[in-house]
Amino acid sequence: MSVPNTLLGLLEREPSHGYDLKREYDSYFGRGRPLPFGQVYSTLARLARDKLVAPGEAEPGEGPDRKRYTITAAGRQELETWLANPIEPEPHLQSVLFAKVVLALILGRPAGRYIDAQRAAHLRRMRELRERRRRGGPLDALLADYAMFHLEADLRWIELTEARLATLKEALTR
Amino acid sequence: MSSTDVAQQHRAFVEARGLFRSFGRTPALRGADVAVDNGEILAVMGPSGSGKSTFLHCLAGIFKPDQGEVWFDGRRIDDLSEGARTQLRRRAFGFVFQFGQLVPELTSADNVALPLLLNRESRKKAYRQAGSWLERLGLGGLEGRRSGELSGGQAQRVALARALVVSPKVIFADEPTGSLDSLTGEQVMNLLVDSARAEGTTVVLVTHDARIAAFADREVVVRDGVVSDYSRAGTGR
Ligand SMILES: Nc1ncnc2c1ncn2[C@@H]1O[C@H](COP(=O)(O)OP(=O)(O)OP(=O)(O)O)[C@@H](O)[C@H]1O
Ligand SMILES: [Mg+2]
Repeated sequence: MSVPNTLLGLLEREPSHGYDLKREYDSYFGRGRPLPFGQVYSTLARLARDKLVAPGEAEPGEGPDRKRYTITAAGRQELETWLANPIEPEPHLQSVLFAKVVLALILGRPAGRYIDAQRAAHLRRMRELRERRRRGGPLDALLADYAMFHLEADLRWIELTEARLATLKEALTR
Repeated sequence: MSSTDVAQQHRAFVEARGLFRSFGRTPALRGADVAVDNGEILAVMGPSGSGKSTFLHCLAGIFKPDQGEVWFDGRRIDDLSEGARTQLRRRAFGFVFQFGQLVPELTSADNVALPLLLNRESRKKAYRQAGSWLERLGLGGLEGRRSGELSGGQAQRVALARALVVSPKVIFADEPTGSLDSLTGEQVMNLLVDSARAEGTTVVLVTHDARIAAFADREVVVRDGVVSDYSRAGTGR
């Protein structure tokens, strides 16, 4: 999750103080991992330095939350660019699992057993996500679905690797 | 051995021990075991051709294993006569398969009432129960529609109603969502799992789909006709 861009997006809806931004961020995106205040203010400071947001006049009172921030034209442009450009498809876990399987095969260890253990762990996680999906609202479901489809992709790779273990072993130990 | 000894030895609600089954010279099961608790939802996973369907058919008393034992609710069922197994299947078990289990010329209500009529329930009661299950699965209004004219997801829900209408002790499902898209598959699974939990029904669910398997309490994997139970082995449960 890109915090600066997300805060920009929230500011595009309406100008806001740091405290309200944090609250909004947490309710949409926090999902049990609230954004620390420090990060909100340091991010806003950087966005202001880059002229993507404009701080209003300091309002009377104490503490860092005395300014209301407004998105600038450059900020809107930045947000649009971020939203419109696809992110790099991540290889994720693949490299670790790959390394484990290859090492196990080279070392003559029980690769099949490691794979089975991994599958069980993936399915356990899948069940947790299923439960979260069941208990939560549509936003939780959306997030859980994303994670579940990724797990599913890993699981497909796990199945295929398992089916190919004999061939792989032959190729690696020749 | 006294009968109480036997009952204690076979504590699981559905249990298979050392099942072997071949088709001609093709071995499909080679010593398959499983123990399913009452009310548990178990997923049976594994590669294509590994023996999942054969295993399910043996557990449900549709196939007789060549070797090994199948127990249900403290009773050995693999050595029952064909007739006794048919009776057991009709009264205690419900079935959901990937497709092709509804009679396309009959209406949804006919299809769902059928198992009750086969169990000699009155027509009135059979159709009342059928209607109530169709309603419960969100198919109210489709009672009179011929099942050949339903969408895939609707047809699977009718099949589910047909499995549930006899108040089975166990539902055996073989790739029940295999012909559906992800969203429809999830809806059917939600209905299956919610109904089973509400009724306390045990479910044995064959699927190669991890998302579907995650609806279950636990999974086992069939490979080359043998069952491994990593969900229990791996977690120290
Ligand atoms: N009626 C049959 N006649 C001959 N061979 C059969 C029959 N049914 C199953 N087999 C064989 O037994 C083995 C196990 O088949 P089974 O249908 O149980 O596998 P499965 O795990 O359900 O596969 P899938 O995921 O493709 O449905 C396979 O080698 C299959 O070819
Ligand atoms: Mg099958």
